[in-house]
Formats: sequence, structure tokens, C-alpha cells
Amino acid sequence: MIAYTIRRLLMLIPVLFGISVFIFLIMKMIPGDVVSTMLGTEATDESRSQLEKQFGLNLPIYQQYYNWISGVLVGDFGVSLRTGKPVLGDILNRFTLTLELTLLSAFLSWIIAIPLGIIAAIKRNTSTDFGVRIISLLGVSVPNFALATLLLLILSVFFSYYPPSTYVSLVEDPVKNLQMMILPSIVLGTAMAGAVMRMTRSTVLEVLRQDFIRTIRAKGASERVVIFNHALKNAMIPILTIIGMQIGVLLGGTVIIEQIFSLPGLGQLVLTAINQRDYPVVQGAVLFIAFVFVMINLIVDLLYSYLDPRITYK
Amino acid sequence: MSEIISRLKKDKVGLVGVIGVLLVLVMGFIGPLVTPHDPTEMYKSHTLEGPSATHWFGTDDFGRDIFSRVMQGARVSLYVGLISVGIGATLGFLFGLIAGFFQGWVDNVIMRIMDILFAFPDILLALTIVAVLGPSLRNTMVAIGIVFTPVFTRTVRAAVISVKEMEFITSARSIGVKTHKVIFKHVSPNILAPFIVQITLALSGAILTEAALSFLGLGIQPPEPSWGSMLNASRQYMEIAPWIAIFPAIFIIITIFCFNLLGDSLRDILDPKLNQ
Repeated sequence: MIAYTIRRLLMLIPVLFGISVFIFLIMKMIPGDVVSTMLGTEATDESRSQLEKQFGLNLPIYQQYYNWISGVLVGDFGVSLRTGKPVLGDILNRFTLTLELTLLSAFLSWIIAIPLGIIAAIKRNTSTDFGVRIISLLGVSVPNFALATLLLLILSVFFSYYPPSTYVSLVEDPVKNLQMMILPSIVLGTAMAGAVMRMTRSTVLEVLRQDFIRTIRAKGASERVVIFNHALKNAMIPILTIIGMQIGVLLGGTVIIEQIFSLPGLGQLVLTAINQRDYPVVQGAVLFIAFVFVMINLIVDLLYSYLDPRITYK
Repeated sequence: MSEIISRLKKDKVGLVGVIGVLLVLVMGFIGPLVTPHDPTEMYKSHTLEGPSATHWFGTDDFGRDIFSRVMQGARVSLYVGLISVGIGATLGFLFGLIAGFFQGWVDNVIMRIMDILFAFPDILLALTIVAVLGPSLRNTMVAIGIVFTPVFTRTVRAAVISVKEMEFITSARSIGVKTHKVIFKHVSPNILAPFIVQITLALSGAILTEAALSFLGLGIQPPEPSWGSMLNASRQYMEIAPWIAIFPAIFIIITIFCFNLLGDSLRDILDPKLNQ
């Protein structure tokens, strides 16, 4: 297991290298260079070359990449063109909120989706099952921004409720923070719940058909023991895979939700940076999100063997 | 194909999906031709009017007819969906075919590039590509096409690897059939089932991504209507004119729902494991 973990970590190096090259090159392809963005179109040649030198833009592209990535490796993601602040500090500050939103959404979705998925599988082909299937399909079909808009509409028109607009961190005021986060978490969690519900239902169904379940039932085990001690444990791997994938998707999906609910998270940072053409921030934040995404997938992979000791890694 | 159609007819849920998708297609292609108003025409004296006989879905803050804009938005969504999935499916089909058939270093190079693209959440990758190319209808389609390429590549590659080991392929190769003929005449037709399922599922994803990009102001640019941008614009007037939000939201949800229903049914029909 340790050897496998080390090997997987080593395998991440080329992928992360590829990701960094991809992001670096894509940022270089953006029309209009950084210098023009900062100085405007009426800048003199002298001021342009001075700034190019300052940012190392006069160097060959491989040298520029080398300089950037060497900085990234020691935690220096550069500085924002707009604020002049270090990019990494901004990313980490914003990430706390995004992570909180992601985890809260994921938690809300699990407590709804896993029990409903199990119930649907146990009551297969009944009206309960049909209802759960429709709910789960609606969950994955309703775009989070549409749901957020409709939810805000209903709350404001019928209940005169408006979510707080000034962000308060969890440390400052946990109650107020939860008031702010609950609505966006419900919206984000709904889509995830749909996917998890479908996966739970289909995998539990598949496990329930297997011979060992018949044997356990023949031995007189109660249905509760069959479901929770055996079926669910064996169904956890695909469920875990979809949960892992969804957490990654949630991290990206927060871009819109943070915008709608005015939450100063990582998604909003990326969007604002794109609109302001603040390339170092876009570059750093996208790299950071991709890194977290890859790490989540790795953790999910490693959890497989914990959940199912039959899985051995060569 | 006839078997798929007859099984779809028997599957009630799938049938709802088929009918829904057909209605959406009719709405997208014929709707804009028969709408009572020009979707971009502003009726200055009729701003923020509720649904009426003249404006079935009401008007927006510029006095534009929402029904006409929703119909035109359907066309835009379908157009973007079809073209972008077309781009992703074509690229994915070719890459997947090459990677799966030749394997070795070609496979390694292609799949590692796909791994890199897979390392980004969809919307974030689309956002970054649009930031590079600039927001426009064409660039939105290109961005979404690139986002969907890895999933098609993986699907096709996996199918090619299993098909190419089959006896009829070995026989074709042993009697000297040329490689390109083996690939396009013998392997390709046998990997269509998962490919078609993926296309249906990707269509809903592409429509969703377009709406999301337009919602963020980085997709279809005004005055061209898009369900996403209409929803975004509605946020300011939600309390006094809720119809601006309700209609585009309902149409996005119904469209995605129907494509998902159809995709799900096709997957059930074409997946031999689920057929048992």
C-alpha cells in the first residue's frame, strides 16, 4: 500500500507538469499582452521595455516558464497585476470559503442521497423507486444557476427573505456564516445528490443480486444487517468514486454559485481575474484548482483499498 | 438501429425523453420562424410587462418579447450543443480510435494529454479557453468542444481496445485487409453503441455549459438571446418581474431533463450488462 501510494504520487509529477505547461501556454495565447493591459495603448516604447524586463517577458518562452514554475514550487505564484498582492495568499484566503462551501454541499447531498438511493434499491420497481429516480434525474438536470435563481425568486417573492450579502467567515461568526452558506450549499448539493442517489441505487441493486447476499439471507440475517453490514459496504467503491468526482466538479461549479450569492471564494477570484485580465491570478488559481482536483482523485483511489481489502496494488 | 427504436418505444421513460427531445428540436428549429415578435426588437413602452395575449411570456427590461427570445434561445442552445458536441465527438473519435488501435507510445501521448484536460473541472476549463479566445458564439462552441474531447476519447478508446481483440478483426488483418480499412470499415461500426450514448449525454452537458458560460457573461453576447444570459439578466428584476427568470429557467430544465432521460434509456438499451 505504501509503495503503491508512493508510486501514485510519483505518477502525479508528469501530470502536474503537463497541467502547468498547459496553463502557462494557454495564458500566453491570450490576445493582448500583460504590458499593454497595464500601461494602456498609449505607452511609450521605453516604459514598455522596462516593464517587460521587470516581468521577464523579454526572455525566451521556456525561460519564462522555468522562472514561473520555479517560483510556484517554492510557493511564489507571482503578484496580482491589479492589487500587487501575492497571488498565493489570495488563493489560500479564498480557498477556505470554497472548501467550506464544497464540503457543506457534499455533506448535505450525502445525507439525502445515500439513504434515498438505498430505499429505491430495496423497493425496486415500486412507486417509491420511481419517485426517487425522477428526483435524482431532476437533481442532475437542474442547472445550479437556474435552481439558485428560482430559489432566490421564491424566497424573495413569497417569504421576503434575502440571504445576507456581506460575507462573514466561520471563525468570526459561525451562525451568520452558516446563514450565508446554507442556501448556496443546498443549490450545489442538489446536483451532487442526484448523481450520488443514482449511483447508490444502481450499485446497491447490483450487490443485492449477488450470491453472497443470498447466502447471508439464507443464514437468517435481518434485512438491516444485509443492507448495512454487507450490501452497502460492498457498494461503497462506485459510490465513493462518484463522490470524489463530484467534489472535484463542485470545486469548479462554485464559480457560478459564488457569483450569484456574492461569496468571495476561489471561483469568484478566477472570474474577476478573467474579466480584469489579471493573468497571474488566473494562472495561479486555475493551477491550484487543478492540483486540488488531481489530489482528490488520488485520495479516492487510495481509499478503495481501505474499503475493499481484496483490492491489491501491484 | 430498428431494434433500438423498438426497445425505446417499449421503455416509457425513454419515450418521454424522445418526445421531449423532439419537441425541443422542433421548438429550436421551427419556433424562431413562427414567433410573433423579433427577439431583439425593443418595445420601449412595454417594458417589464407580465404575460398577456400579445406577449405570451411577458417582456423584459428592454421591452423585448420573452417568448420570442426563449424560442430563439432554444435555437442557440441546440446549435451550440450540436456543433460543440460535433467538435468534441469528432476529435474524441479520431483520438480514441488511434490510441486504442495502435496503442504503444501514440496511445500514451494521446491519453496523457487527455489526462491533463481531465484534470480541470469542465466549467473552469471552458472559462479559461473562452478567456483566451474571447467571448463569442464560435469560441463558446470551440471551448465546449475541447472540454468534451477527453470523455469521447476515453469512451472510444475503451471500445476499440475490446473490439480489436475480436476474431473478425484478427481474421481481417490476417487476410491482409489494409489498416485504414480495418479501422474504418470493421472497428468503427462496432464501437458506435457507447459512442451514441455518450453523444446524447454530452448534448445535455454542452447545453448546460453554454448556458453557464452565457450566465457568467462569457458565452453568447447580447443582444443575441441565450437562456443563460436571460437568466442572469433577470436577477435584477426578480421581484417585480419574475416571469423573466421563470420561463428561461423552465426551458433549460426541461431540455436538459429530456436529453438526460433519452441518454439514460439509450445507455440501458445498449449496455449488454444491464440488458441481462
